[in-house]
Amino acid sequence: MEGECRAPQARSSGLPAGGAGGESPGGDAPLSGSSGSSALLQAEVLDLDEDEDDLEVFSKDASLMDMNSFSPMMPTSPLSMINQVKFEDEPDLKDLFITVDEPESHVTTIETFITYRIITKTSRGEFDSSEFEVRRRYQDFLWLKERLEEAHPTLIIPPLPEKFIVKGMVERFNDDFIETRRKALHKFLNRIADHPTLTFNEDFKVFLTAQAWELSSHKKQGPGLLSRMGQTVRAVALSMRGVKSRPEEFMEMNNFIEIFSQKINLIDKISQRIYKEEREYFDEMKEYGPIHILWSASEEDLADTLKGVASCIDKCCKATEKRMSGLSEALLPVVHEYVLYSEMLMGVMKRRDQIQAELDSKVEALTSKKADTDLLTEEIGKLEDKVECANNALKADWERWKQNMQNDIKSAFTDMAEENIHYYEQTIYYGPIYSSCKEKEEMI
Amino acid sequence: MEQAPPDPERRLQPAPLEPLGHPDAGVESVVGEEAEGARDEGPGDGTMTENNFWLKKIEISVSEAEKRTGRNAMNMQETYTAYLIETRSVEHIDGQSVLTDSLWRRYSEFELLRNYLLVYYPHIVVPPLPEKRAEFVWHKLSADNMDPDFVERRRIGLENFLLRVASHPILCRDKIFYLFLTQEGNWKETVNETGFQLKADSRLKALNATFRVKNPDKRFTELKHYSDELQSVISHLLRVRARVADRLYGVYKVHGNYGRVFSEWSAIEKEMGDGLQSAGHHMDVYASSIDDILEDEEHYADQLKEYLFYAEALRAVCRKHELMQYDLEMAAQDLASKKQQCEELATGTVRTFSLKGMTTKLFGQETPEQREARIKVLEEQINEGEQQLKSKNQEGREFVKNAWADIERFKEQKNHDLKEALISYAVMQISMCKKGIQVWTNAKECFSKM
Repeated sequence: MEGECRAPQARSSGLPAGGAGGESPGGDAPLSGSSGSSALLQAEVLDLDEDEDDLEVFSKDASLMDMNSFSPMMPTSPLSMINQVKFEDEPDLKDLFITVDEPESHVTTIETFITYRIITKTSRGEFDSSEFEVRRRYQDFLWLKERLEEAHPTLIIPPLPEKFIVKGMVERFNDDFIETRRKALHKFLNRIADHPTLTFNEDFKVFLTAQAWELSSHKKQGPGLLSRMGQTVRAVALSMRGVKSRPEEFMEMNNFIEIFSQKINLIDKISQRIYKEEREYFDEMKEYGPIHILWSASEEDLADTLKGVASCIDKCCKATEKRMSGLSEALLPVVHEYVLYSEMLMGVMKRRDQIQAELDSKVEALTSKKADTDLLTEEIGKLEDKVECANNALKADWERWKQNMQNDIKSAFTDMAEENIHYYEQTIYYGPIYSSCKEKEEMI
Repeated sequence: MEQAPPDPERRLQPAPLEPLGHPDAGVESVVGEEAEGARDEGPGDGTMTENNFWLKKIEISVSEAEKRTGRNAMNMQETYTAYLIETRSVEHIDGQSVLTDSLWRRYSEFELLRNYLLVYYPHIVVPPLPEKRAEFVWHKLSADNMDPDFVERRRIGLENFLLRVASHPILCRDKIFYLFLTQEGNWKETVNETGFQLKADSRLKALNATFRVKNPDKRFTELKHYSDELQSVISHLLRVRARVADRLYGVYKVHGNYGRVFSEWSAIEKEMGDGLQSAGHHMDVYASSIDDILEDEEHYADQLKEYLFYAEALRAVCRKHELMQYDLEMAAQDLASKKQQCEELATGTVRTFSLKGMTTKLFGQETPEQREARIKVLEEQINEGEQQLKSKNQEGREFVKNAWADIERFKEQKNHDLKEALISYAVMQISMCKKGIQVWTNAKECFSKM
């Protein structure tokens, strides 16, 4: 993290933002990072004052694909961003900034775990203060996610990074692992903050602001473990039913999710594999250049040419390293997040199906038993409302999610292409023997 | 064929050591190049008639390779590859080339030719043959001798070998080489009749000389070190290059998977579909581009391999020098000891131990007549020895002079060739980068349209 006052900006890969691509040299993403989606929804409503150059980043341009629509001014602190935002009275502009950093190891007699520092800066009235700093561990994030899922069963909750990676990482506290996780947790919280509904969730607020003991006591207030388990068992039974009576549009959605899940998993594997191959290529290249230098020591006439080739190979090496790091920062986390999203989506479909199934089973009861019809009719009424709410919530969130996905994927792959172009451009220059090469090239 | 049939007696004698005519009389590369004016000025010596063959422009090519089956020496069926060698004489006037000879040879015959040249031209850095078995192979390449790619590369290597020999000022004049290109049947017998195998120095003798020689020419010692280093560094380079090629292949090919998955994914996408599909196509293009790139690189590897094998040829020349030098030293030593013996007998003093001396002491003095006889024998031997030493010295100096001339020629050739090869390699890399930029720019455009 580049300093604690850094706004929680998505890196080039992350959330939709016009020019957040790898082209910005400083790597600073513009302010609109997370508001892209809300900007989309509000595009017609936003009426930017022409004088407010600072806010150009909230582009009127509904097309988030246009990367050149503005020159973002980089705010240096959330506070300054908040100050900018205060010029507008629009309630839907970004007013919640979250960063996740400073992983720290804690050792107790029973266990060792990592906590992450979470800084929240906000201008929202419902928050007691404008700045909060808390420490949370992975378990806490897990709790938050479960609460959100319970409260909004058919909303697409952002995914959490996995508990542990099965292969590769033996040690939980490997530096790379922690850094990857930290970034993912950062994104998790920011995605929630950007979600038009989830951002106002009470548990979310508590998570961001409560001190450790406050959080523990708040946690205990939720439904107990046993009741949650009971729900799960019922849920499984019901979801089987719900599948049969799924309306057409949700069938389509489910179909999409299944195929998407397949494909994104494959892409994840392919991308990881590419990284691995590039790493191995890099390792071999490191040995390749120096051999030419060694050779040049026993030659006279050839020495210069050999040294020239060696320096080109070194350049290629460095460029490969950069390409690899670009891949691991821009592409891999995004693809992986969508792998997790696809699992999440399947869960959402199930929950929707369960809610529907509840309704259906009551309706069946009504038509078959004809007992206590009044009560049943009342219950059915309520359930019908519930189903309608759930379906609508899902539909809306689905559209939002798809749009985000499109932007993120497009952005990530465009960055990857850019990295590759840059890589080849770097290696094309052959230094001291370039002129001889040019001569030869012209002859061809 | 336009030339008079070669003088049959000539073929049993090795070509003389002195380069004939201008050292540059052999062309750099015989294929399609203008003859130097000097070439037509061959020595007026009538014995050189057949050598005028080379003074016309000729083109040699190994144009085809064919799988054959036959019976080997143990009457077992075997499969081998035969190569078609075509020789064309290019008429000065109208530039048309006329096919003068065409015959089939297999690899073992090339080996025979080379071994012959090694024996008869020990002062020459004899061009090497392409490898017998595929080495420095990376995973995609087959190590099978029958693999068409290997055969193709070998065909080129054999052609290169012939061109090198034909453009060497001395080797090109060799009768056996000439017959190799022109006389299909009976060539093997002809070579064997030269008895070159018998003339070859024994390995053991050579090894012995290497260890025991006291005063070899320093330049040869340095050259030996150089050739060891060259061999070691090129081997290392080729090994790592093969591994790098392997990895590069992996990187490119895995991207091809994107193509397939993008295409399948595009089926469920409305807005992103087209972009995904076309980007996927570019990924396929990218993945398949590596095949040509690596094929070109293989050619580069072959160029390096030639000089890897040339290192051995260099060492062979050094060994010959050491052998000759050792021989000379031994002869000188022998002569010195005989002289001393003679002196002792003449003056009656015994400074050196000799069995004869001991036995005479033990069993009685020899008669003055016996002593006279012995002195006479020794004096004859000394005379002979002095003659021999003189001629060995002469030979040794000749050898050093001629060998060093060829080594200088070789050095220039090596520097030129390797420089070319390295630059070509760099150019290949540049071309690969340009292709990469092209593909990824296209892909980026597709992605940005999603």
